[in-house]
Amino acid sequence: MTRSVIELTVTAEDRRVAWLATAAVGLSLVDAAIPSPLPGVKPGLANIVTLVVLARYGWGTAVWVSALRVLAGSLLLGYFLAPGFFLSLTGTTLSLLTLGLARHLPQRWFGPVSLSILAAFAHIGGQLLLARVWLIPHDGVFLLTPVFAAAALVFGTINGLIAAKLLAEPAPSETPNV
Amino acid sequence: MPWLALIRPGDWLIMLLSAAAVGVSIPVFWQGGLADRAIIRQEGKVFADVDLKARKLFEVAGPLGTTLIAVEPGRARVVSDPSPRQYCVKQGWLMRPGEIAICAPNRVSVQIAGRTKVYDSISY
Repeated sequence: MTRSVIELTVTAEDRRVAWLATAAVGLSLVDAAIPSPLPGVKPGLANIVTLVVLARYGWGTAVWVSALRVLAGSLLLGYFLAPGFFLSLTGTTLSLLTLGLARHLPQRWFGPVSLSILAAFAHIGGQLLLARVWLIPHDGVFLLTPVFAAAALVFGTINGLIAAKLLAEPAPSETPNV
Repeated sequence: MPWLALIRPGDWLIMLLSAAAVGVSIPVFWQGGLADRAIIRQEGKVFADVDLKARKLFEVAGPLGTTLIAVEPGRARVVSDPSPRQYCVKQGWLMRPGEIAICAPNRVSVQIAGRTKVYDSISY
């Protein structure tokens, strides 16, 4: 093998982001395998990873992990640059922005469950707005809002509880199974 | 570890507010709101305009005979009709604003109305 001219130094931080993104992508695949009664109603299990990363490593890492998840997940599931990709991207962007604001809430009172619910609402809100503006330019899109909102509440709570449980356990050692 | 211990006080608040938001979103987004009136017409004239709260039975006389219409909380239907094809009877319960059952041969119709007027089609 010819030696590469470009030397990329891989930091511990890079490895961590890669591992966490892998976990998130794995959960995205599980998500896609779960049959859904309605397009758009999904458990969003990968958000558990986002929540844990946000609490343990901060917002910047959460953005990296989420962005890689959307990219790699769409490539694996075959919807890269398809409408679903942009819906996913918009939802993720909005929920990350919401998380960026919501994480400043007093931690004594608001835990991962709050963050998860708020992020879920931001996610579906972003998707609905993009769908209204771009895919289906008609107010009929909003007819399903109550269903989506209810799903966001239910799955947001469940994911938040799972994230809270994971966070209640001691953090894994800083040198993971590389 | 019990799951309830993972929910902090503010989380309950967020859950409550979200549930309230979901509840509020139902009448806001569901076109025309909930069904609250049934309008029964005979020969195009309003025969009865009833609130969908009580349980009632209406006998509407038409050229072929009597059409029986039942009104129940939140819904209405044509119970029996002398029309040969029984289309309006087979439609069953009408629950959404804008829904209509027309018994054309006997010139009777039942329509569900909500808070706002809805159209079954719009042309420009």
